[in-house]
Amino acid sequence: MNETQSKKGLSATARRELQELAARYPVKRTALLHGLRLVQEEAGYLTEAGMRDVADVLELTPHEVYDVATFYTMLHLRPKGEYLLQVCRTLPCALCGAESLLAHLEERLGIRDGETTPDGKFTLMTVECLAACDKAPVMQVNDDYYESLTLERVDQLIEQWRRAPSKRHG
Amino acid sequence: MAEAIIFRNRDIPGYTGSLADYERQQGYQALRLMLDKYPPPEVIELVKRSGLRGRGGAGFPTGMKWSFLPKDRTVTYLCCNADESEPGTFKDREIMTVDPHQMIEGIIIASYAIGARAAFIYMRGEFAKEAAIVERAIREADGAGYLGRNILGKGFDLELHQYRGAGAYICGEETALLESIEGKRGYPRSKPPFPAVYGLYGKPTVVNNVETLANLPHILRRGPEWYAAIGSPPKSPGTRVFSVSGHVKRPGNYEVPMGITFRELIFDLAGGMKNGRPMKAFIPGGASAAFFTPAHLDIKMDFDEVAKAGSMLGSGGVTVMDDSVCMVWAAANLLHFFHHESCGKCTPCREGSTWLWRMLQRIDRGQGRKADLDLMTTLCGNIGGRTVCAFGDAEIAPVLSTLQHFRAEYEAHIDRHECVMGHARRGTAPPEGDGRPSDAGAPIRFVGHETR
Repeated sequence: MNETQSKKGLSATARRELQELAARYPVKRTALLHGLRLVQEEAGYLTEAGMRDVADVLELTPHEVYDVATFYTMLHLRPKGEYLLQVCRTLPCALCGAESLLAHLEERLGIRDGETTPDGKFTLMTVECLAACDKAPVMQVNDDYYESLTLERVDQLIEQWRRAPSKRHG
Repeated sequence: MAEAIIFRNRDIPGYTGSLADYERQQGYQALRLMLDKYPPPEVIELVKRSGLRGRGGAGFPTGMKWSFLPKDRTVTYLCCNADESEPGTFKDREIMTVDPHQMIEGIIIASYAIGARAAFIYMRGEFAKEAAIVERAIREADGAGYLGRNILGKGFDLELHQYRGAGAYICGEETALLESIEGKRGYPRSKPPFPAVYGLYGKPTVVNNVETLANLPHILRRGPEWYAAIGSPPKSPGTRVFSVSGHVKRPGNYEVPMGITFRELIFDLAGGMKNGRPMKAFIPGGASAAFFTPAHLDIKMDFDEVAKAGSMLGSGGVTVMDDSVCMVWAAANLLHFFHHESCGKCTPCREGSTWLWRMLQRIDRGQGRKADLDLMTTLCGNIGGRTVCAFGDAEIAPVLSTLQHFRAEYEAHIDRHECVMGHARRGTAPPEGDGRPSDAGAPIRFVGHETR
């Protein structure tokens, strides 16, 4: 992880957004998950500096922020690849080929469940039910759902993302 | 097929779910009628008379839930539970994207009935697209005077917030949901006090599911007697949206009158088994519901009939499995889910789910021991009813029901030291030791967050 990235806190714009949101709620702390999401959007993961900034804006201790940051699966304490591939592994998807899909992705990307490719482009992970079971197997990539997947379709997507220029935020 | 209520607009050609489209289909007429005609206590009475029961999982009568609020309250909150996460369930996602204003109108009606001036939609974190659709609908409703100050000039104020979760199944449990909105870990609270007395920020609060709320405009507009006569009265009136997944020809959401049989849903509507294989088992109401077998297909889908047969309608997620599926593998898959999603607050659930998962995985891989089956049964007995929320009861359902219906399959795995279903499968971690969660290297989640 690079040094400047880990020190990246909230931008002035994000800080203002968080302050305004916190003011709308009966209790400021309600804005905590949103604050953490802002850090993650800007830095790619929850940097320590970002978590401290959120604590500062919401008048919480860093410990209170970290306590929450470690509970939710969509909040990441380590950098992730540019494309976060989240393969649903729960029963309805598993009945429709999720295990082969995962094995195929592992082979195709040369990484295991939970790992990131050396170029930082892809992170592969399994997740629990994404509530799209009628279109199994399903994978969420960043914010988007990819449904009724076949191995051919997955290959096309990987190729497309491999060729796409990096959108990585600095 | 009977008349659709929740999905009445879904199949209209070109219907987008915009405010204009919704208003063309009598949208917000129920709200107008209510503000003109009914004081809040009468709305509660109407909903009680309709017999509407919660569509989230527990099936609690909605009007009764509302009437538990203390009379002398000053601040009240309404929360709409859109944290749909029960494996096999995907109805709320479609209900709120096809017709977001239907849900919003339901939220306004419920808020008026219980005297809430602020309401929250707790949106599952993964639902980014859905959150954008709902956000747009909130802005439209606000712009049209259905939200905010002095709604339709009738002196009722309501501020509606959308609150996005960040990935945690447990936040669908109503008190964990409240903790999460308060900006904390989603740990369920010990009850009593119930949310009606001590809810969000310690104030009286009602938490209702998306589908429950989406029914309200129709009940108001067409009357409680109309609603109470649909489906399986008197105890399970109305329609219900069931999500069908797994080995069927046409998986999807089906809105049907309560009280049809599982056979009708699975074979007539969802097209029956795909690949021409016979059915082996099905889950009638999400991963927390006990497995059923083809012998249960003629049971009526209403709250009480399913409960009498030893399972529950739960969240309405019906997952169908053909005869190629190994029941030990299926139970192990679900116990991995429960192990992963246990919030960690109560020891029986936290340790128990991990231990059960490891034992099931061990048996599935042909490393099971004779004593394992009784050990699992004993362990389940020490989890069920011994936790703060219903998660403990949920995690034992797949284990006990597969043991009950498919014990011979378990025994064959143990006797023959292999998966008798002959699956070439791979798990997420090799079993270690005797499967106790305290073994070295055990993936205990809430301290193992470094991997995230």
